[in-house]
Formats: sequence, C-alpha cells, structure tokens
Amino acid sequence: MKTIYLDNNATTRVADEVFEAMRPYFTDLYANPSSMHVFGGQVGKPLKHAREQVAALLNCSPDEIVFTSCGTESDNTAIHGILEAYPEKRHIITTRVEHPAVRTTCRHLRDQHGYRLTELPVDAKGQLNLDELKAAITHETAIVSIMHANNETGVIFPLEKIAEIVAESNAFLHTDAVQSVGKIPIDLAKTPIDLLALSGHKLHAPKGVGVLYIRRGTRLTPYLTGGHQEHGKRAGTENVPYIIGLGAACELASKHMEEENTRVRALRDRLETGLLKSCRDAYLNGDPVNRLPNTSNISFEFVEGESILLHMDALGICASSGSACTSGSLEPSHVMRAMGVPFTRAHGSTRFSLSHYNTAEEVEFVIEHMPPIIDRLRAISPFGRCMKQ
Amino acid sequence: MWDYTDKVKDHFINPRNVGEMENPTCSAEVGSLACGDALRLMLKLDENERILDARFLTFGCASAIASSSALTEIIKGMTLEEAGKVTNQDIAHYLGELPEQKMHCSVMGREALEAAIRNYRTGTDQKVELEGRVVCTCFGVTEVEIEHVIRDNNLTTVEQVTNYCKAGGGCGGCKTEIQHILDRVAGAASAAILPSKRPGKLTNIQKIRLIEETIVREIRPSLAKDGGDIELLDVEGNHVLVAYRGTCSNCPASPVTLKDLVQAKLREFVAEDLVVEEHKS
Repeated sequence: MKTIYLDNNATTRVADEVFEAMRPYFTDLYANPSSMHVFGGQVGKPLKHAREQVAALLNCSPDEIVFTSCGTESDNTAIHGILEAYPEKRHIITTRVEHPAVRTTCRHLRDQHGYRLTELPVDAKGQLNLDELKAAITHETAIVSIMHANNETGVIFPLEKIAEIVAESNAFLHTDAVQSVGKIPIDLAKTPIDLLALSGHKLHAPKGVGVLYIRRGTRLTPYLTGGHQEHGKRAGTENVPYIIGLGAACELASKHMEEENTRVRALRDRLETGLLKSCRDAYLNGDPVNRLPNTSNISFEFVEGESILLHMDALGICASSGSACTSGSLEPSHVMRAMGVPFTRAHGSTRFSLSHYNTAEEVEFVIEHMPPIIDRLRAISPFGRCMKQ
Repeated sequence: MWDYTDKVKDHFINPRNVGEMENPTCSAEVGSLACGDALRLMLKLDENERILDARFLTFGCASAIASSSALTEIIKGMTLEEAGKVTNQDIAHYLGELPEQKMHCSVMGREALEAAIRNYRTGTDQKVELEGRVVCTCFGVTEVEIEHVIRDNNLTTVEQVTNYCKAGGGCGGCKTEIQHILDRVAGAASAAILPSKRPGKLTNIQKIRLIEETIVREIRPSLAKDGGDIELLDVEGNHVLVAYRGTCSNCPASPVTLKDLVQAKLREFVAEDLVVEEHKS
C-alpha cells in the first residue's frame, strides 16, 4: 500500500539532497570542529557554511544563529534565558494557542516560580486582537512569546505588527516560527524580532536539530552551560552532520518557497474545497486568508477524530486530529477550544498538512475516499440523527 | 499511535450489532458530545428476561466503538441477572485488553449496561442517572461512580482513576478529593502505603525544611491557580502555623482548604501527627 503523507506539520521527509550532504560527516569527516588539527578545521568550515545558509533564509547575520537540538530547546532557551538575564521583570505574555513547547514552559514558570502570565485570547478565526497585546505590556514584562504560524490550523499571526508594538516597549519578542520557516518568507533585517525558534525536521532536515536566532545585543543567560560552543550561548559539542543537513535544507527551502506558495497552495485549496463539498457538515477551522499555504484543518461534525484517522490509516493516508483521544489527554485541542469551536466539531477536527512531495493524484484519492469514512462513522453515531438534513 | 490489539482493531473496523433497533425492550444513553464519547445501548428481552438482541450506536474513538461492540457480543443470550454482573474488566478482557488510558471506554460500556437494566426495572429514562455527589464537574463524574471503578479495577492512584472514568482529567481541581476517595476505599491498605513517602524521625530543622519544600512543591501551585498563596510562620512540635496571602486571606472556603489541602499534604509528605493552624492577623 502506498503511503499518502499529509502530516507535514508533524514532521517531514528528509530531502535526498539533505541526506547526501550529511552522509560524509557520519563516515569520513567525523572530527570535532573545536579541535586544533587540520582534520577539525575540515569540519569547522562546512559548519560555518551551514550557519550562513540558515542566516540567508532568515536574512540575518550568521553570528546571530545558535544551533540547538530541537525547536523545544530553542523555545525554552529563549524564555528561560531572558527571564534569568532580567530577574527583576516578572511578567510573561503569550497566547492561548501556543505549541506546548512555549505554553507548558510559561505555565510552569507561573505555577512553580510565581511569574505573572498573560495568555492572549484569539477570536473564532484564531486571530489575536493586537490592542489587547498593547494593553497587556507593562514595564514589568520581560518577554512576549507569540508564535508565527499555528501548528494545528496554520493561522499566521501578523508578526511585523506584533514586532512594532513590542519594539515600543522594553520587553523582548520571541517567536516560535517552527511551522512557518521555509513555508513563508521571514525577513529579520526588516522585522525587529529579538528571538526566533525553528526546527530542522519541519523543513526536510532530520529530527534532532534546531536553531535559536538571537538578535545581536540581546542579553540572554545560556540554558545549557559548559563549553564555549555557539559563541558561548549553547554549550555542547556541535551535532555536525545534522547541522550540515539543516543548512542544506534551508537553502533548499529558499528554492522551494515559490512552489510552496503556488503549487502546494493550489493542491491544499483543491483538497480543502473538495472535502468541504463532498463531505456533509464539514467546516474549515481557522483564518481562511492568513494561513500557511500547506495546512488545512477541517472539522467533520458528529464524528470523532481518532476514528477518522484510523480509517484513513487503513487506506495509507496519514493526517492528524485535535480530538481528545489522539492527544493522550481527555480534552480536545486547546487551539480548537481557544477559538471557541463547539465540542460537536472540536472532537472531529482533522489536520491535513502538505509538502512539495505531494501530488494531485494523492489529493484526488483523499477527496474520493473521505466521504465514505465520514458517512460510515456517522451511521454508527448516536448523534448522526442530529445532523442537518 | 495507540497500541491496540488485533481484536480491538477488528471490532472497530467491523463493529458487531451496530445500528438502531425497532421497539427495544429497554435502552440507555451514557456519555456526551462534550466528553468526546457517547454510547446508546438498546436491548430486546424475552419473557424470561433473556437478552435476545443487543444493538448500539457509539460516538467516540476506536476503543469506544470496539468496547461497545464487545459488550453487545458478551451479553447476547445472557439473562438480565447474568448481564448485571458483567464488569468493565470483562469487556477489556474480551478485547485482549485496552491501553490503560483507554480503560474509560470499557467503563462506559458497563455504565450503559447498568443504565439499560435500570431503565427496564424502574422505567427510569434519564440519560445520565446521577447517583450521589458530583466530584469531577468537568466530566460530570460522581463519588459513587469513582468508588465503583476503584473497587472493580483495584485502582490505587489518581491517574488510574482518570484513565478509568475521566474524573480529574479536565481542570484537575478535584484530584485532592479523588485521592481522599482512594484513601477511604483502600482504608487500612492505603495507610500502610502512605508512610513510605514520608521520612523517618526528623530533627526540628529537617522538619521545617521539609514543610517548606512540601508547601512549595505540593500546596502553593494549587493555591496559585486561584490567585492565593500561603506562608509558613512557625513550627512548634507538631503544630504548624501558617498565614494565607492573596485571595486566600479572605476566602470563605479557606478553613476547608487548610484541612483538606494544607494539612493533608503536610501529613502525607512530612508527618502523620501534624496539626495546621491559621494565623489570623
């Protein structure tokens, strides 16, 4: 059975070009870049090149790039690092729809360390009210951590406007850009963002490598202490092959950016309109306009997400759900709840996330096979009769 | 991905006895859309109270659908009296076991069966028969139901109770109360387990330190959720003097919190004989 992979917001396939770029660093070029010998230097130079490749994608300086082990580490380093550097400031601002890497971290700081935490609400489309952000910032605010694009809905927050607002205060702006980097352009030379997290495996590099961008002049206490790697901002021997892979993936992402916003977007739109038309009582979640080009989150009313996923899985279709049963918790996704999506729809929310590896045939296959799955589950649901006739 | 047995997968993909029933002898519906799973069970009985046919409609995940299917297969042919003895464990066994976090699906099956039998015996047609006080307001789980799953499944931790009946899985505000119910059901058994968490004989300094630690780790986070706080003022022998801060200081429920949360936690983690008193300024 062929796999139709529509779960690219969870992780992506490692690009062949990326894997090839990494290969020599597992076999021949295994030296430690910190070593004094020529062998070490042979690794040090490609490492520098990878840093430049990442910086080029974000339009920043290579010395503002710090390699980490994942997006979560980058988020943790940003938040803890600022708070520790400014111990007198006791207020954090974030949103209700952040990824757990930020959400859980901030809530831990509130519950265990007594920080004041403001979680900004979102409207039915998943968008922020920027006046509320303005009103929330005080001289006590250490850090504002707002994601660029939402992992579940793909909704894009207006980062430029957010940066303008935060820049007027003394607070630092961190953005979790794990879902947006490589899919939509980010220009750090034009947007005054202080910290930005990205993750390799969301843009066709492997799992286990991430980046924290730290704007020059930002005071940040290191999270991992030890050696002097990463300009003293993140100790630990560099994960050379993965960093090389991430560099190559960033260069590839620049090349594919246009395709992502044209061909992939068209595939996503075709899938979305096809499903909304062919399945009864299906609704789009999130802002239809300001959204990542690859993501579509659709609720199928009166059916439960895990059941949908398992039926899709039997056909080789991979996707995700915001239902309680798939999250391992007992409540549906906090993103759906923050948007006020009713329970009838929240439990049946299904996320399709594409990449440039997807084809039109795959999309047509899904459009053809989804309606019978939904009909079948509704037929055995006691709420099937609640549906509009 | 959940680790489902082949039997669960089979009953999910090919559910047995699914669909509406014409003129059932009795029926019941448990769960709700908000909770994420719901089951309607319909039974047809003969004059000897034997179950001739059982049908179901289920909204929920794979294990909820499989549990409903298994339940109908188990009870078909049984008399009502026999069916009344079916437990959630029987449903889980039939399916070759369920993941621990999914045990509540088997409990939903047993609840529906009980409700359908009650519907037959008393004619009660309430969708959810609330027996006793509601402990978990997020999922509407009563004290009676929590005690029931603890006894049926020999549960010992709050996390297990959540896995089996969802209680405590929402805001988490009732976890202390679930622990009390666990303690009560276990009776002497729990008393034997508890001291292991506590250290042996303590010097006064050690005791104060441990009390401080317990306040920081176990007590303060619960109070902070409601904007309150607590401060340790003094320890004399087994008397602990504390003062409330923030919203706690004028909260009408604070005496209850003092006994049910502060004293209970300090007794659990420090010493069984501690008496906590509030200093009123």
